[in-house]
Amino acid sequence: MWAGSVRIAVAANFTGAMKALSVLFEKETGHAVIASYGSTGTLYAQIINGAPYELFLAADSIRPEKLEKAGIAVRGSRVTYAWGELVLWSLDPNLIDAEGKILLTGINQRIVIANPKTAPYGLAGRQVLENMGLWERYQPRLVRGQSIAQVFQMIASGNVSAGFIAASQLALLPVDKKGSYWQPSKQLYSPLSQQAVLLKKGEAQAAAIAFHAFLQTAPAQSVISNYGYHLK
Amino acid sequence: MDYSPVWLTLKLATVSTGLLLLLSVPLAWWLARSGGWLKHLVSVVVTLPLVLPPTVLGFYLLVAMGVNGPLGKVYEQMGFGSLAFSFSGLILGSMIYSLPFVVQPLQNAFAAIGRRPLEVAATLCASPIDRFFSIVIPLSVPGFLTAATLGFAHTVGEFGVVLMIGGSIPGETKVLSIAIYEHVESLEYVQAHWLSAGMLLFSFCVLLLMQLLNRGNGKNLL
Repeated sequence: MWAGSVRIAVAANFTGAMKALSVLFEKETGHAVIASYGSTGTLYAQIINGAPYELFLAADSIRPEKLEKAGIAVRGSRVTYAWGELVLWSLDPNLIDAEGKILLTGINQRIVIANPKTAPYGLAGRQVLENMGLWERYQPRLVRGQSIAQVFQMIASGNVSAGFIAASQLALLPVDKKGSYWQPSKQLYSPLSQQAVLLKKGEAQAAAIAFHAFLQTAPAQSVISNYGYHLK
Repeated sequence: MDYSPVWLTLKLATVSTGLLLLLSVPLAWWLARSGGWLKHLVSVVVTLPLVLPPTVLGFYLLVAMGVNGPLGKVYEQMGFGSLAFSFSGLILGSMIYSLPFVVQPLQNAFAAIGRRPLEVAATLCASPIDRFFSIVIPLSVPGFLTAATLGFAHTVGEFGVVLMIGGSIPGETKVLSIAIYEHVESLEYVQAHWLSAGMLLFSFCVLLLMQLLNRGNGKNLL
């Protein structure tokens, strides 16, 4: 079989799962995976500007849909590969209670969310704060990360005391590093339906088509769910 | 540990510096020899990348090289694919970004020669081309070395522009500075430490080399 390579733009929250999937895919098909990670909005802007990606694994469904409408993505190729969840997390085991009441009482240190304009998980964090009527109140202490990966890094390195990350990022941590966290009710933010879409540049590429199909196979889905995502 | 960003960065810096030297020699020569408002205007344009925020440079490059940009369109019509987010795009970006670092040392070296050696050579019937290659180039060797070293080092250290026009594609646009940024974001501090320490050592050596070059230069003048 002729082995090719596929260039994939991957939303930052999916980094861990993607690395595991690549290993599996490369072993199974012989195709090589060349993945670039970033916030969904950043990658979307790159694709609009002609970046040579063949497949896009976004953290939302809005941007894949826009690409499909703009004729940059292959019509009918959108699939939801994972459903994400949001978590308010702190390294401090005593900071966050299981009901998230701390947000109402007030966290006096800085908290961090991903940039709502470019990162779907940042938008979800903003929605939670808005729906709780706390968005204005937290403005002076709200730090913004460029992607959900940077938000995670800011908290994990102890530079910011708490912030909104993806549940999948927390799932990767050993129990003694999980600190304290709260999972907001799903009524508080729009569902994080993470969609993959085949881009026109990958329409005729065997490796791109193969990865797109691979995402929906049972072995791939079991990896995805192991990384803390729901498959619906 | 993945070393491909190191090789990619060295390749990018070598190609951009090589092309920049070719482009900068006539430009620096003209700047060193001419006067008037046009010279000042060109000087300012050449110096701009030194003071412009990399994001401004990156933004304009993206607009120019994107699928609807003038450069991007021509490039795509020529059948080369997309210019933004490609290695060729990075070469173009790096050349603009490092232009003043190559032009200025050359310009200073050319200006320091003065008119006299060339006039003497002219009286000996040396043609302009002959004068340039037999007098200007040998007398400007320290200038060339400074220009090449600075252009190379500055391209290696490039971050903001690459972040905007690169797209972090492994083996194509994921250069050292981007790799370090991503390692830090992923909490891979061991890899970040290795690459950063390498960059620190590299920069130290470059500056040390410059010191030695300038010392040699001083001796020559004596």
